[in-house]
Amino acid sequence: MSIALYRVDDRLIHGQVVVGWGQPLDAAFIVLVDDEVRGNDWEQDLYRMGVPPHIDVVFASVSEAIRLLAQWEAEPRIGIVLTGDIDTMDALAAGTGRVHHVNIGGVHHRAGRSERLRYVYLTDAEAARLRGLAARGVEVTAQDVPTARAVPVGEFA
Amino acid sequence: MSEPLRGVIVSHAALAQALVSAVRAIAGVDGALTPVSNDGCDSGALSARIAEAIGPGPAVLFVDLPGGSCLTSAVRLAKGRAEIAVVTGVNLAMLLDFVFHRDVSPEQAARRAADAGGKAIRVPAA
Repeated sequence: MSIALYRVDDRLIHGQVVVGWGQPLDAAFIVLVDDEVRGNDWEQDLYRMGVPPHIDVVFASVSEAIRLLAQWEAEPRIGIVLTGDIDTMDALAAGTGRVHHVNIGGVHHRAGRSERLRYVYLTDAEAARLRGLAARGVEVTAQDVPTARAVPVGEFA
Repeated sequence: MSEPLRGVIVSHAALAQALVSAVRAIAGVDGALTPVSNDGCDSGALSARIAEAIGPGPAVLFVDLPGGSCLTSAVRLAKGRAEIAVVTGVNLAMLLDFVFHRDVSPEQAARRAADAGGKAIRVPAA
């Protein structure tokens, strides 16, 4: 399987994704699934600035990602699929049936969320959504960087 | 009288604070630089921290890496605003130069800082 990481991170493409995970995984492409960024060329240029030239960046809407995920998985190169929120990853998992592991990498504080881990804040609805993913057979863990412990969903949601 | 040009260092972890401390220790200049860390922030929260540090402006935003959450938040804030400039790859040398040359436009200060910072990167003969 060429998608080595399905990650939820509200900072989208940033250092932990590109360097922290990209280097050890030897990622050759990153797919950012985000309807808003998909429709904004300026935002896409901004996110590309943080990625070295040997890593391709693909911007996809949720519907495009559902349609193209099997194609990305068939790539001979290693890739990372990234969403900015839990709902988008849940939609991708439900729409394809191909997402078997989800990494919660960064969901930060906002009104209505409570701290579950140093880098994971969730509303009750978001926690329930993650438990629902797990109940459907998806392995959900929180882990900001590869050297950290992968925290099982039962410990934070 | 316009506001003095200030520098805002936007970094991962505690780097920005450490750079401000180092500038103070070396140059004895206080108050020209404000540190902002991205610790615990999504992009909205980081933008709010940077905006608070900028105040009424003008300002140069010194960002640690040429990509990532610090840069994206900084560039979004600077978009379309001549009173804010962004320079990446912040290092101590550029900050030491900046604090003594703040009587120019943000754009000029950013270019000067980038030049000073770049010149400080050398491989001296051992």
